[in-house]
Amino acid sequence: MATDNLVQIDHLTFGYDRSRVILRDVSLEFPRGKVVAIMGLSGSGKTTLLRLIGGVIRPQSGKILFDGEPVDPSDIDKLFALRRRLGMLFQFGALFTDLSVFENVAFPLREHTDLPDSMIRDIVLLKLNAVGLRGAASLRISEVSGGMARRIALARAIALDPELIMYDEPFAGLDPISLGITANLIRRLNDATGATSIVVSHDVDECFLICDYLYLISSGRIVGHGTAAQLQASEDPEVRQFIRGEPDGPVPFHYPAKPIEQEMGLAG
Amino acid sequence: MNAVADFLAALGARALRLLRSLGHASLFFWELVRFTPAALRRFDLSVVQIYSIGNLSLVIIITSGAAVGGVLGLQAYYALDRYGAAEQVGLLVALSLLRELGPVLTALLFAGRAGTSLTAEIGLMKAGEQLAAMEMMAVDPRGRVLAPRFVAGIVSVPLLSAIFSAVGVAGAYVIGVKLIGIDSAAFWSQMQDGVDVFKDVGNGMVKTVVFGVATTFVALYTGYESDATPEGVAQATTRTVVISSVAVLVLDFLLTSLMFSTRP
Amino acid sequence: MDKRNLDILVGLFVVMGALAVAFLALKAANLASLSFDSTYRVTARFDNVGGLKIRAPVKSAGVTVGRIASITFDDKNFQGVATLEIDRRYKFPADTSAKILTTGLLGDQYVALEPGADDKDLQPYASIKITQSAVVLENLIGQLLYSKAAEGGKRKEGGK
Repeated sequence: MATDNLVQIDHLTFGYDRSRVILRDVSLEFPRGKVVAIMGLSGSGKTTLLRLIGGVIRPQSGKILFDGEPVDPSDIDKLFALRRRLGMLFQFGALFTDLSVFENVAFPLREHTDLPDSMIRDIVLLKLNAVGLRGAASLRISEVSGGMARRIALARAIALDPELIMYDEPFAGLDPISLGITANLIRRLNDATGATSIVVSHDVDECFLICDYLYLISSGRIVGHGTAAQLQASEDPEVRQFIRGEPDGPVPFHYPAKPIEQEMGLAG
Repeated sequence: MNAVADFLAALGARALRLLRSLGHASLFFWELVRFTPAALRRFDLSVVQIYSIGNLSLVIIITSGAAVGGVLGLQAYYALDRYGAAEQVGLLVALSLLRELGPVLTALLFAGRAGTSLTAEIGLMKAGEQLAAMEMMAVDPRGRVLAPRFVAGIVSVPLLSAIFSAVGVAGAYVIGVKLIGIDSAAFWSQMQDGVDVFKDVGNGMVKTVVFGVATTFVALYTGYESDATPEGVAQATTRTVVISSVAVLVLDFLLTSLMFSTRP
Repeated sequence: MDKRNLDILVGLFVVMGALAVAFLALKAANLASLSFDSTYRVTARFDNVGGLKIRAPVKSAGVTVGRIASITFDDKNFQGVATLEIDRRYKFPADTSAKILTTGLLGDQYVALEPGADDKDLQPYASIKITQSAVVLENLIGQLLYSKAAEGGKRKEGGK
């Protein structure tokens, strides 16, 4: 049952326990072939959304649809079948430290296909080439830099040509050149393979550059969504503070404390 | 009165926590066992692990075995010579090694060298989201990462223990026959007369398999449950050594009383 | 070919372990002297088997020729029945006698076979007719005390 949206989240509520509700009644759509960003402060629940889509955790209420089918963590076979259609780039790469660069990218191919070694070799080298690291194939993971690690992880994530690629903070901590490379890769890969991409990030500038649509999450709710232009023009104070990086606003600068006059003994 | 109530409540809470972790640990053990057939089918994964925890422990096992055997030989000689029974040195050393010191010391050394390495590795893999990444790629980390290491431990520890005891006997031979001058023929014949292949060698091997299961399980569990921080992993490695050591010694007591107290 | 090297090294490790076990079983333990299936069984009845244990050696002329396989109780004759497993290489005359002796003064007990003069050999599952039971220490001490007491008494009566 093909729909316009590869992934659809309807009225989802999730909390690790009753006292900590991370997401409240959120609804998001991820149209096929588009790059959509989920932005927000640290700890706002962005990564949790990725984990919900991947079926790692189960929502308290609401539903998640992948290609029209609900994501059900209790049906292991269906879940694993779903996961073979998606690739995830973890924040620091999450490369397997006991394998070489080549073996890391080859991992999904070895585990899920019966392809002969020669074909696996070709595919791995092509994927590494797509991220510009074909020459690094024989290195050990301990020998690669942070930026390289993320690119290798990206090559690994696309090894099986997934329909959905999820990026968890792909821009965090990168130098300007690596930043440019990464943003470029995300957009080009999405367009070249016809995949759908979800980018979780708080880097407003890069997201504006490459994303077709963006969601802004704060305190477990969606406070704004739209194209880059729409968000920039938004009058909502929370959206404006985030987009412009203003130090004070709906998200206060000061951690809750007594009035300073009282603290310093200045009150009369 | 309030203080007493608080104390009792705290005690109860602690007991419940302990029960919960015991249950959690048993489930983990069951998962390891459940995925062992899968690990055996993909034996190449286990082979890599056997190299990492078995082969690489050989140096420490062989040196320790030789040293312990030599020292035992010396001490046995000093003790037995007083009663004119110096020729029994071989027998005394062999029995001590085969029944007790071989299995126990090997397990303790293994826990220190290979156990901590396993714990740290698993802890770091968990902290670096490698296990989560594997799950996202629809590969169960229990079968791919944990079970092969479990199998490797069960295979390696008995082999290491046999090597330890063998080297120990050889060490005692060198000390007793070559250095002190005990008659070689008497050394071996006294030993062979008194050491039974089923009772002593056999029971020793049973012990070492049990110890292998225990130490590997503890190492994997503490690593898997560690906090995803550098301090967390460091604490986990300490916990591995402590818990493994106590477990080995307690199991040794239980097994010894089962195996060696009944006289045929 | 890293994997090949790894496999070889692990294989070597396993071989080392197996050799260690073999060494322990053969050189340190008594596996070499256990000859399976090349033994024959005979029984011997004793009034008192003393501290004889299963797997205790059966010796003749001081050489171990077999092991005690089992010890049971015959409640018809109220005797202890020991089953001896003797190496097939060694044949004994049919009128061989069996004695329970002690290693050293207070050591383990074993069965000593003293050959008789019969032309015919002891057959498998036959029974050794002439046996000497174990010496029970308490009886020995009792005898000693009794004879000492008797001696003392006789001397009083003027000696013999």
